[in-house]
Amino acid sequence: MAGGKEIRNKIKSVQNTRKITKAMEMVSVSKMRRAQERMRSGRPYTQKIRQLAANLALANVTDYRHPFLAKVENPKKVGLVLISTDKGLCGGLNTNLFRMAVNRLKEWEEAGATDIRVTCIGNKGLGFMQRMGARVISHVTQLGDTPHLERLIGPVKVMIDAYLGGQVEAVYIAFNQFVNTMKQEPQIVQLLPLTGESMGTPDSSWDYIYEPDAQAVIDEVMLRLVEATVYQTVAENMASEQSARMVAMKAASDNAGNVIKQLQLVYNKTRQAAITREISEIVGGAAAV
Amino acid sequence: MAMTVHVDVVSTEEQIFSGLAEAVALPGEAGELGILPGHTPLLTRIRPGAVRLKLPNQEHDELIFVAGGVLEVQPGLVTVLADTAIRGRDLDEAKAMEAKRQAEEALSNQESKLDYARAQAELAEAAAQLATIERMKKRGH
Repeated sequence: MAGGKEIRNKIKSVQNTRKITKAMEMVSVSKMRRAQERMRSGRPYTQKIRQLAANLALANVTDYRHPFLAKVENPKKVGLVLISTDKGLCGGLNTNLFRMAVNRLKEWEEAGATDIRVTCIGNKGLGFMQRMGARVISHVTQLGDTPHLERLIGPVKVMIDAYLGGQVEAVYIAFNQFVNTMKQEPQIVQLLPLTGESMGTPDSSWDYIYEPDAQAVIDEVMLRLVEATVYQTVAENMASEQSARMVAMKAASDNAGNVIKQLQLVYNKTRQAAITREISEIVGGAAAV
Repeated sequence: MAMTVHVDVVSTEEQIFSGLAEAVALPGEAGELGILPGHTPLLTRIRPGAVRLKLPNQEHDELIFVAGGVLEVQPGLVTVLADTAIRGRDLDEAKAMEAKRQAEEALSNQESKLDYARAQAELAEAAAQLATIERMKKRGH
């Protein structure tokens, strides 16, 4: 059995570890609240612009159909926007997402996709994609705790330009959906072309007055819709990151507590054993005399 | 009571205003716009400037500054989608170019960046080896 001093040192070191994980947990708790708030406060804009896009699709736009509304079957050239965290120590959050992304990439390749381009948001995703040898066309890292649309515009535009230029036929976005504090789900959804029920068939009863002209305004709206969607998913991913980190750090602190308890027990036992041995030696010595 | 229209002013980061107003005035792409309840559907870009809201039962107009954005008008609803960043075609282009340049740089520096983690690990290993050698020297081997 290890000596008393070694065990004491070990306990000290685990205690220090627990201090750190505990502190990180506390930090994550407060950051998580703010991240969730940010995620919620971004929702009205996304809802409004979706509504607007739906209205646009319903309105009678006679001569202009935006390329974002095109339909594509079985795309051969795919773009992926991978949203990950900048920092680690957040449990399996990134790992789960990357596994899902890799599976999806394989599926695309099997389905005949020849060209896959990636935009990475977040340090971990960038590192992963570079190790994978994927073609990273743009990236942004070190976003901090607040997602700033300004920093996202450039990298997202590179992907949008690739789409408009025909280098990619469809763009997907991979992120961790925030379900609740305990649960985050990796998701891959189609970003471009815009899909879904909102894009109904034109109902020719009315139309907007466009200033200066329909095309310019619609371009603007569509661009903002895509950017807002990316922004919202980044905000969501950040909320996921903080809650995942909080849970991971809580588990780490609890584990450290258990380890300390066990070590303390071993330490007490060895100490008691040493005392008993000493006493019996003294008693034995006295008896011999 | 005067006629009112529901007005929402939202930016990507937050909801700025939501409520009823008697009139809205704002700088449109093609000139200053004044919108009253029952306006015909309109969709336009807006320039950076102030959105003025005439609220019912209030003497002073509510002023909100926006850095540009999009305005949507429906007969009973006015939505201002405000930008948080100053936008412009050139500005966006510059940002995209910057992002592209960074990506290319990362690609050309791939060796160094890709292997950064590995290099760090190797460095740690080398440092550990050095420390061991030092210790061995001290012991007189």
